[in-house]
Amino acid sequence: MKLHEIAHARTGDKGDISNISVIAYRPEDWPLIEREVTAERVATHVGQLDACEVTRFALPQLQALNFVLKGNLRGGVTRSLALDGHGKCIGSVVLEMEIAGEPHGVERR
Amino acid sequence: MSVVRIGAGAGFQGDRIAPAVDLAERGELDFLVFECLAERTVALAQQARLADPGAGYDPLLARRMRAVLPACARNGTRIVTNMGAANPCAAAERTCAIARELGLSLRVAAVTGDDVLDRIQGYVLDETGARASALGERLVSANAYIGVPGIVEALDAGADVVICGRASDPALFLAPLVHRFGWAMDDWVRLGRGTLVGHLLECAAQVTGGYFADPGFKDVPDLAHIGFPLAEVAEDGNAIVTKLPGTGGMVTRATCTEQLLYEIHDPARYLQPDVIADFSGVSLEEIGPDRVAVSGASGMAATGQLKVSVGYRDGWRGEGQISYAGANCVARGRLGIAVLRERLADCAALISEDRADLIGLDSILPGPRAGTWEPPEVRLRYAARCADEATAQRVGEEVESLYLCGPAGGGGVTRSVREILAIASTLMPAAEVAVRAEVLEEATAYLR
Repeated sequence: MKLHEIAHARTGDKGDISNISVIAYRPEDWPLIEREVTAERVATHVGQLDACEVTRFALPQLQALNFVLKGNLRGGVTRSLALDGHGKCIGSVVLEMEIAGEPHGVERR
Repeated sequence: MSVVRIGAGAGFQGDRIAPAVDLAERGELDFLVFECLAERTVALAQQARLADPGAGYDPLLARRMRAVLPACARNGTRIVTNMGAANPCAAAERTCAIARELGLSLRVAAVTGDDVLDRIQGYVLDETGARASALGERLVSANAYIGVPGIVEALDAGADVVICGRASDPALFLAPLVHRFGWAMDDWVRLGRGTLVGHLLECAAQVTGGYFADPGFKDVPDLAHIGFPLAEVAEDGNAIVTKLPGTGGMVTRATCTEQLLYEIHDPARYLQPDVIADFSGVSLEEIGPDRVAVSGASGMAATGQLKVSVGYRDGWRGEGQISYAGANCVARGRLGIAVLRERLADCAALISEDRADLIGLDSILPGPRAGTWEPPEVRLRYAARCADEATAQRVGEEVESLYLCGPAGGGGVTRSVREILAIASTLMPAAEVAVRAEVLEEATAYLR
């Protein structure tokens, strides 16, 4: 299944740093998300494994992860030639990540 | 005194005005805060001020003030905003003039001191690794992210409207709380909690269902009429985030969690001018429809350093776009890119970086997705960082020339040229930044 089925995300930027939150819809899916959505997988998924340094922070009581991607924005929105200089679209791409496992319960979400 | 009601009237420079008017009219607010400065905005404003000494504040200031001042004056709602940008004093004078036109008697204060351009030269910039002085003539602006003291001083002096330039966004909300509750500036827990209130509100609709809807997964009711948020803040700094009845959008644990983590790095160390806020233990609880109780933030002593944004001219960006659709559109788009690069080779010395995308295929992220499927259409986009305006102009001209001299079936060209105002950052000891508040319109002020 795709991460999109069990989590939502928001992306922000400061300078050349992206931050992407990944948040479980349901507390039951948190252990799966915490196990599967590692910093390395996020870096690989956005195709920036070599280009940027990814740090993961966890807030278990909110069933939320925060990924900080340093050097992800080609100098940041003020300099970048990219169409989406803020990198606002990236979080939704992260939600396309394939997750090995099933969401808890029969009814998804 | 038990609860302060504080609302967000704007989350960026161009934000919608109607939801702010609604809050001013129906919110029974003590304070309405307008956050209107992005990283680059002060640098742009500084350029405007250089061209005209009376300019350099938010271009929408007059529209916003005319829209909300009558209701704010009627309801005793005081305004805090960073719409002063590069010229808070001119913004305050303009606001006074608007108040007079509207027949309102208001005290308007300007908070200054964030402009540190005159002492930035020796500081090393994080992004360039060199001193600011190395930028020479290209250096445009340097502004420190100030904290609450100047804003609190203005509120203590009775200002109805406080206008600053660059300040930390959460400080715009924290300052009224410090003013009203009399929090000590070393009460790190309360300062941390007030920072969280500011952080949740500073992007306005982003906590009420904006930047959130994902049809079928995260549905947002009546997004078209989304309301802006307000917080009911208790003396201990814990708060309830909500919005006005009858407005669109929603306030839920999910909207608040997304905004809690928005643009922060380590949740346990959110660096602010007045405090290092700690959001790692925050809990969010839905206590009613569109009502989320926020508690458990904390804080520790600030670093004593203020972040400074340094704006500098960094060449010119030329850009052009053209669409290709139907059979073999990706191949035609790629041919267009190859032709552009070959034609622009003669000015390669004036182009330091370029970027070519096929929008619909690979404009957001590179990598495995490109080429794995044939979309019904693509839009070629070519952009280049150029040493001068003429070269940037040439980039757009070459894209436009793809109409007659490029691949088959290209349509819908657009092109643009703009000067690049880049932002770098550094840290400055807070003691080097002299913040002051100046209250205008004493003569017409009323006693509150």
